[in-house]
Amino acid sequence: MSWSGVFSQLLEIVAALLLAPLLTGWANQCRAWLQNKSAPSLLLQYRMLRKLFHKESVVAEHASQLFRVAPYIVFGCMVMASAIIPTLSTDLPLSPAADAIALVGLFAFARVFISLAAMDIGTAFGSLGARREMLIGFLAEPALLMVLFSASLITQSTSLTSIVETLAHREFVIYPSMAFAGIAFTMVALAENARIPVDNPSTHLELTMIHEALILEYSGRHLALMEWAASLKLFAYSCIGLTLFFPWGIAEVGSPEEMLLALPMLVFKLAIGGATMALIETASAKMRIFRVSEFLATAFMLAVIGMLVHLLLGS
Amino acid sequence: MLASLLHLDWLLLLCGAWLVVGALGIFALRRFRFVSHVLFPLGGLVCLGVFLVALSAIFESPETAVLPLGLPGLPFHLRLDALSALFIAVIGSVGAGVSIFAAGYFRKGEGTPPGLLCFQYHLFLTSMVLVVLADDAYAFMVMWETMALSSFFLVTSNHRIAAIRRAGYLYLLIAHIGAIAILLCFGVLQANTGDYTFDNMRGQQLSSFWSSAAFLLAVFGFGAKAGILPLHIWLPEAHPAAPSPVSALMSGVMLKTAIYGLLRVSFDLLQMQLWWWGVILLALGLVTALFGVIFSAVQTDMKRLLAYSSIENIGLLCVGMGLGVLFKAYHMDALAALALTACLYHVASHAFFKSLLFLGTGSVLHATGERNLGRLGGLMRYMPWVAWVTLVGVLASSGLPPFGGFVSEWLLLQSFLFTPGLPDPFLNMLIPVVAAAVALVAALAGFAMVKFFGVIFLGQPREAKLAQAHDAGWLERAGLLWLVAGCLVLGLFPVQIIEPIGRVTALLIGHNLADTVRANGWFLLAPMSVERASYAPLVFLVVGAASFYLAVIMVRLLYRGQLRRAAPWDCGYPAGNARMQDTAEGFGQPIRRMFDPFFRMDIKHPTPFDEKPVYSVSVDDHFWHWIYLPIAATTEAVAKLVGRLQQGRISVYLLYSFVTLIAMLVLVRL
Repeated sequence: MSWSGVFSQLLEIVAALLLAPLLTGWANQCRAWLQNKSAPSLLLQYRMLRKLFHKESVVAEHASQLFRVAPYIVFGCMVMASAIIPTLSTDLPLSPAADAIALVGLFAFARVFISLAAMDIGTAFGSLGARREMLIGFLAEPALLMVLFSASLITQSTSLTSIVETLAHREFVIYPSMAFAGIAFTMVALAENARIPVDNPSTHLELTMIHEALILEYSGRHLALMEWAASLKLFAYSCIGLTLFFPWGIAEVGSPEEMLLALPMLVFKLAIGGATMALIETASAKMRIFRVSEFLATAFMLAVIGMLVHLLLGS
Repeated sequence: MLASLLHLDWLLLLCGAWLVVGALGIFALRRFRFVSHVLFPLGGLVCLGVFLVALSAIFESPETAVLPLGLPGLPFHLRLDALSALFIAVIGSVGAGVSIFAAGYFRKGEGTPPGLLCFQYHLFLTSMVLVVLADDAYAFMVMWETMALSSFFLVTSNHRIAAIRRAGYLYLLIAHIGAIAILLCFGVLQANTGDYTFDNMRGQQLSSFWSSAAFLLAVFGFGAKAGILPLHIWLPEAHPAAPSPVSALMSGVMLKTAIYGLLRVSFDLLQMQLWWWGVILLALGLVTALFGVIFSAVQTDMKRLLAYSSIENIGLLCVGMGLGVLFKAYHMDALAALALTACLYHVASHAFFKSLLFLGTGSVLHATGERNLGRLGGLMRYMPWVAWVTLVGVLASSGLPPFGGFVSEWLLLQSFLFTPGLPDPFLNMLIPVVAAAVALVAALAGFAMVKFFGVIFLGQPREAKLAQAHDAGWLERAGLLWLVAGCLVLGLFPVQIIEPIGRVTALLIGHNLADTVRANGWFLLAPMSVERASYAPLVFLVVGAASFYLAVIMVRLLYRGQLRRAAPWDCGYPAGNARMQDTAEGFGQPIRRMFDPFFRMDIKHPTPFDEKPVYSVSVDDHFWHWIYLPIAATTEAVAKLVGRLQQGRISVYLLYSFVTLIAMLVLVRL
């Protein structure tokens, strides 16, 4: 473990914490533009977090300890996820501690806690949201795993840093298996981050909401942590996409000066990613909840087909 | 003199101690306090001894002994090698926790007198250890039957209830159908030599036909005990019927003896492995796992839910074993060792978390008297202790890091990823599909477990009486904590746990994964090389805790406000009550809908004109209607035909004898 490694590790965490609300804000702004609305400020998310952190927290009378601990756990999981994913540098001391499978496990851990916390109050909406979240989760989780496995089969490794290093150094060709994996990943990322066509982040309509139903009972600092964690999750998913499909511009071991270039590169890539997501959201319509399972099953199938294609064509 | 005793002698002494404890129970049939506060803790202490002896025996060379018990000229052969020692260690360690819990669990006036229960319980433990130690078919079958019978009596301890007697009968029936197949399997293995020792079986060179026959018989026979499809049918009946410590032992430990038997036959007694055996195990395991997890997600009885989850885990064990057989058949020993390590690791972690969950349901059952998820809820406030402890089991069972279940799942997925390289392209294509299905099963297990925990412990109490629920007593807590510690150790120290497992794979396959793993450091689990894959649960936990405290400190710094308690947001509808929460049926509804063909459902919808609308749904198993009921109907029809001969009048029977005599005479004349 070198000092430059520790430095890049810390820089990554700080960058994730600071940039995540910006990414959410940017995606919302792009969506507003595309839908011919006047866009909210790019900094709205930060203001909202500040406001929430300063507000009083109202907790239901019979809420248990689990309800109050869950936001911290979910937030901690997302911070850790952004520490594992190589966004700026592959010189990460934490990378051997958790590979792609552990990363999926980490997201699952956060999901289980957010669902349990939602069930804790015992209102109809909380358990409704928990059920839907777990429904999405059990389909999206294996699909994400299969996407990561497609990359692992190419690079012969499940370590995220090894995957990035190997993929970045091969000549630019479109792997057929990665094309399938890319489509599958996009679908999974939309579902996991509560975006249209699976969920709509900007409504509180009872019959359709998923993520908002989960955090309906939270307020004040707890809600702030949950919102921040949601932004971090979007950030983490975008970064997984970037590392798998556009792995260029990430600093490597022994060259910390590349980090100077890596940060603007990351911001650029994320800006394009956020805009693309807004475009997809604008162009598609929200689905019924039972279409969602078909949507995600398709993603799962595509990811598996990606792996099979890799084995068939050997690429 | 003590120093000269072998591990095997120690184990036999400890088994003797169990029997003594059990026998004392018979003499104190109704002295409840003596049985629960003296005998069960003593039994737990013996369990601990068994665990320690077995653990040290794993690292020693095999020991054998001949017991002069049994029939004249047919003594019991015993053998303690790494494989049996590992399973005995699991029995001992899980048994210790369950025994301590049982000391606080059993109540007066519940079915079987406590002393008798104590005897059956310790006989059950002894027979499980001796099954694993047996080194000839005779000893094995005797112990196997003892195990089945003692557990049958334990299952039916509340024998006044008809449903429990029926469940016990079903269990006994399927156990015996399985036992017949195991007996036939040993018959094939001894290859007409008439010598039923395992030593002789190892030396036989069977043709591939007879090897396959023995393997398939073993899969059927041990599968009946383990709950492989379609022989799983007894599990969801017997587990809810049994007292919780017994369900914990049966699900956590007894099912594993079947896995032991399958491993013993397919890797030790049979000298060859064919690739398609692996495919059969993979397919069976996968179907079992998928079926188990889907059914567990729609259950409304908490112990049935766990029973189906056990079926799922047995399926995953079979997948790991199948992969091991497949690799072994192609002489890829390192990969076979990896797959088998995953399987054995899961044996240990499932033993711990499933016993923990069953004991947790036991505490809930005692505190509330309810097994039905529809009448539970909100117990976290009344039994916080049991709730938090069960939460550990739930997380481990969902395969989440950093608990035990995740490590075995991780190893299993890794062994899939290294697969490309099998000489058969068809198999190469099959493997990712299986990996995808395993990932799906693991994720679905999370769904079922969130439902299990959420409906029992979270939300508002669905019945008024739940407010009187009391937390577990201190003996129960001690037992639960021991199992929690097991889940944590299995999750956090994989490198150290793989050390003994490596001895077993060295014995069965000739390759020890522990050497590679040890070389990569004491906290980093890297089965091949660090570049390919690595996982460090301790670092994971430390960083996770650090991130958690980062959030706490950040909030402290940023936040100035207060915390206020208020009524939950009722969405402007003030008439909401606890019955309006999502029920267990509701939580399972998406699964019922998506996996519709798996179930045989009977749904009754109310019509708009009903005065008192009733909605009901019952989920049934197809296999009952496809296999078991037709067999039962046929058996009954044949019995009825035979029954026609029996008129109950002496003259008719005399006529039968007369006709038979004439027929014989005619036959002789011809």
